[in-house]
Amino acid sequence: MPQDARMAEDPTAFRLGAAHPGDRGVIVRVLAAPAGPSGALDPEELELRLLEFGFVEGARVEVLHEGFLGADPIAVKVDDMRVALRRSEAMNVILAPEAA
Amino acid sequence: MTPAPFATFALVGNPNCGKTALFNALTGGRQKGANYAGVTVERKEGLADLPDGRRVRLIDLPGTYSLRARSPDEAVTRDAVLGRLRDEPAPDVILCIADATNLGLVLRLALELKSTGRPVVFVLNMIDIAERQGIGIDFEALSRSLGLPVTATVATRRRGLEALLDIAAAQAGAARPEADAGWREPSSADVRDAHRQARDILRLAVRPPLRPDTLTGRLDAWLLHPVSGIAVLLGLLFLMFQAVFTWAAPAQDLIEAGFGALGAAATAILPAGWITGLVVDGLIAGVGSVLVFLPQILLLFLFILLLEDTGYMARAAFLMDRIMGGAGLHGRAFIPLLSSFACAVPGVMSTRVIDSRRDRLTTILTAPLMTCSARIPVYTLIISALIPDRTVGGFLSLQGLVMFGLYAAGIVSALVVAFLIRKVFWRGGSEPFMMQLPDYKRPEPANLARNLGTKAWAFISRAGRIILPLMVLVWALSTWPAPPPGAEGPAIAYSAAGRLGRWLEPLFAPIGFSWEMVVALIPGMAAREVAVAALGAIYAVGGEEGALAGILARQWSLASGLSFLAWYVFAPQCVATLAVVKRETGGWLWPSIMFAYMLALAYAAAFLVYQVAAALGFG
Ligand SMILES: Nc1nc2c(ncn2[C@@H]2O[C@H](COP(=O)(O)OP(=O)(O)O)[C@@H](O)[C@H]2O)c(=O)[nH]1
Repeated sequence: MPQDARMAEDPTAFRLGAAHPGDRGVIVRVLAAPAGPSGALDPEELELRLLEFGFVEGARVEVLHEGFLGADPIAVKVDDMRVALRRSEAMNVILAPEAA
Repeated sequence: MTPAPFATFALVGNPNCGKTALFNALTGGRQKGANYAGVTVERKEGLADLPDGRRVRLIDLPGTYSLRARSPDEAVTRDAVLGRLRDEPAPDVILCIADATNLGLVLRLALELKSTGRPVVFVLNMIDIAERQGIGIDFEALSRSLGLPVTATVATRRRGLEALLDIAAAQAGAARPEADAGWREPSSADVRDAHRQARDILRLAVRPPLRPDTLTGRLDAWLLHPVSGIAVLLGLLFLMFQAVFTWAAPAQDLIEAGFGALGAAATAILPAGWITGLVVDGLIAGVGSVLVFLPQILLLFLFILLLEDTGYMARAAFLMDRIMGGAGLHGRAFIPLLSSFACAVPGVMSTRVIDSRRDRLTTILTAPLMTCSARIPVYTLIISALIPDRTVGGFLSLQGLVMFGLYAAGIVSALVVAFLIRKVFWRGGSEPFMMQLPDYKRPEPANLARNLGTKAWAFISRAGRIILPLMVLVWALSTWPAPPPGAEGPAIAYSAAGRLGRWLEPLFAPIGFSWEMVVALIPGMAAREVAVAALGAIYAVGGEEGALAGILARQWSLASGLSFLAWYVFAPQCVATLAVVKRETGGWLWPSIMFAYMLALAYAAAFLVYQVAAALGFG
């Protein structure tokens, strides 16, 4: 799959949807992929919504909190804004650790 | 003579930027709400006066992050901005409202608005908070790099309003003739590009805060914590119920007593006969039955507004999302469902916060299953009449347990129904849950009071417009035809309602309803609690509840009583709710579906309860 290939380029990259409170990084890629098996949106629409919420390449992201059931949804800080979203959608946001 | 407005300004902005506060501050009380033709999105407009005496029309458009529409609300924003609405010419000036402490996303929106070719004014609202945090905004540089005039306001303190109106008025009439031609649906590449532009502008014009807000982070550590966060949420809910059901009681008693006295006074003054009946039992009782809920509704709205204004509501939606999501509901459905415990009418009205139409419909369809306060008088009457007043398990009151069971039945059935709707009708996947968590803010009392007034008035006018005429109709139906001279039994038995009740009786026999019970259901359609008064009329005891409970205890079997309770948990016994659903969904389809499914559920539940109870020997 192409997105996995892209992740393979940078072995330190990780998906926001799999991150935990305290994890932080810079967005290297926002994918146009369906949000898990139950996503209602087509991939392009989801990508656009993520972009419109500030999930855009270069933005700094820090995971702040997670829900108490299944650790879902998550609360994250994108640049200076706090946003809540579900892990299934956050899977489309690829982060890389910030270069120190 | 008041001058006619010479121009229209439209307010556009991200959610939580203070747009509502600014609109209220600019228009004062002079605003009205109505629906846009053909869609069910509320159109809010008002008037504002310029310092030079000219007058402008303001329209407040639903909050959005982009002109690309994702929900009916956002479609209205787009169409209004582009002048595509049938009944609304394109605005002369667009006021792009920004939260000055959080410019990241709104700059992109401003660029998109600018591309429509209409004049745009960039408004830095909440500049007081930005100043407090030491955010340095270079207005000159911002205006130059955006290519738009920039001004600052503090909506809650009414600061900067005159300057804003002046600047906007100077822009009116500057629309390029080819307006609208400039905007097209942005692609993901466009959005990325605009973000880059916005970031450049930020770097040029805005210095990051010297004293960043740390309160939000510290509070969230508690309020979003898996354990303490849930504890606080439950505590708040408990407090809210406490408030709605106990603190409101004295005021409600007062209103009830007031209308009782008014009715008595009217009876004394008016000549005997049907006129008195119309005025006392129709009009006065009708107005009273709406107003008696006002204290509860006010308290409920006050709580909800406080939670919204402080920024907590988004956190509640975050905490509840998974639980609600399990039943196929959106995290934001939490607010409407909560409101529905007071009354489904404001509950359904507040489903507007849900973007996706499907999620919104699911919430609307399940909201009336929440135990609204109009059911309480009916529950209390029947429980006190038929459930023995004793304790079980040492300390639990049996009557209290039954009451609790009725509430639980409502909640559980709402979750089950939502789940079924999701699984059976909308098998498509779930809409994403993405929501900004705004910074915590101290609520402004003046702003709060204004919003409370607006919401309370919306409730009174909408519920009143339906309940009042219905009360008159119900009064007429249960008065005429009058009983023949020398007739036996209560007069209502001879009326149209009484006849209808007897005629329907065979239909209700399998669920154990006597004709008296069926007759009481008919006025109960106007407002659920009116069934209590109707039972009083049928058993000819008037308003004394103790006497009525005594009669019911003798005349109803336990099985019938339980069946009546089960019926009331589910039955669509409220025309006001159905009318509001029609208004919010834009047609009779959804209210019809709601009516049908609730009726079926009520009948099935009552049938089951009656048959089981009768088989156990309580018939
Ligand atoms: N300090 C301050 N608070 C504001 C200002 N404008 C709005 N608020 C508060 O911000 C919150 C959100 O405002 P609201 O009008 O509901 O935002 P909307 O979602 O854009 O309609 C409320 O608590 C307001 O009292 C402002 O200029 N200064």
